[in-house]
Amino acid sequence: MQYHTPASFEDASKIAAKATGITRFLAGGTDVLVQLRADIVTPDTLIDIKHIDGVHDITRNSDGGWTIGVAVTGAEMTEHADLGGDWPGLVEAMDLVGSTQIQGRATLTGNLCNGSPAADSVPAMIAAGATVTVSGPNGTREVAAEDIATGPGRTSLAQGEIVTAVNIPPRAAGGGDAYLRFIPRTEMDIAVVGCGINLAVDGDTITAARVVLGAVAPTALLDQACADAIIGSTLDDAALEKLAAAASAACNPITDKRGTIEFRTKVAGVLARRVAKIAYERAQAGGAS
Amino acid sequence: MSKIHVTTSVNGDAVEFLCDPRETLLDVLRDRLGLTGAKEGCGTGDCGACSVTLDGRVVCSCLVLGAEVEGHEIGTVEGIATGEELHPLQRKFIEHAALQCGVCTPGILVATKALLEKNPDPTETEVRYWLAGNLCRCTGYDKIIRAVMDTAAELREAS
Repeated sequence: MQYHTPASFEDASKIAAKATGITRFLAGGTDVLVQLRADIVTPDTLIDIKHIDGVHDITRNSDGGWTIGVAVTGAEMTEHADLGGDWPGLVEAMDLVGSTQIQGRATLTGNLCNGSPAADSVPAMIAAGATVTVSGPNGTREVAAEDIATGPGRTSLAQGEIVTAVNIPPRAAGGGDAYLRFIPRTEMDIAVVGCGINLAVDGDTITAARVVLGAVAPTALLDQACADAIIGSTLDDAALEKLAAAASAACNPITDKRGTIEFRTKVAGVLARRVAKIAYERAQAGGAS
Repeated sequence: MSKIHVTTSVNGDAVEFLCDPRETLLDVLRDRLGLTGAKEGCGTGDCGACSVTLDGRVVCSCLVLGAEVEGHEIGTVEGIATGEELHPLQRKFIEHAALQCGVCTPGILVATKALLEKNPDPTETEVRYWLAGNLCRCTGYDKIIRAVMDTAAELREAS
């Protein structure tokens, strides 16, 4: 295994483009090292991106949006009061990943690129409308968070391509987001079902919504029928009922040791209702900090 | 395979070592530097027995490569006491019998010290969540939590 510490994304991309065999980028290492140690994935080339300028920064841009560096840890996001003020659901989702020890290393970008259908931060990122900047041999492109994972452990990134930043849109007034997951214990587990919702209100009426389900399909699901169920409503019981039905209908889960198809399908609806209520309260409270 | 030369700081002392790119920080601490306080439990970041601080943040040393710590500062359980004088946490763990076999103890001490530096007055719930990634299989959690709460109270009185 070759270990590289490039000083720029351009160099990182060049190393990856030329590499033969298995290549992995190393940020927090909470998935890469587990796979390496368990002999699941033994990279021939390991590219540590933590020496690149700006990767540890959380920046509020002039338009009010945020740029989160690819090596920013969950703990750093949780400690950033302004980021949490704008995007509490996103920060809470990332904070649910692993223990204190994992939070000291794990990153949003890693959670996204690991391609797990159960990744907690991914539904919240997609709900927020986050994009990632991807650089590679053919230049730079901006990709919606929902277009990165293509299946369990697989991404749409080509050889030599690397995510260089996570872009979170500005939090407009009257917006709110939330994320909840179901696990059979209180801490240290992997989502059986996850749900992230970001919505906007005008007065009491929901004017826009993005509803995303995790762990109920090969990738996180951004579902328009769920959004349509609550847009135009005041999140009354009828709207919540429609949302729950739409969420259950959107599920395409598997049965595994964490939960059955039937359980996941039911819980997706329950969680969607609960998450929508939290996001709605936050939106009514004003959204942006 | 060529080894990587790493210069770092462990418990305030400058340290140099050579390691294989696949070696973890835990391997380096135990096998190259003779610091066997950090334990290997699961090796996959679930149990916390290998907890150390990396630039002040608690991490699992089994999920850090030795090569990654170039230029960083590492803290281990060996750095908690001042010479022969135990840290209040260590003293309280003994007083409350907050350990049985002791394998989880170094990781719990490292993690708790970091918590109390960040939050000198944690609630019991905060302590329990903070330590959720430190598994004790002797079922000693209650005594551990009591020892931590008592230490926090003593440190607050002292300051």
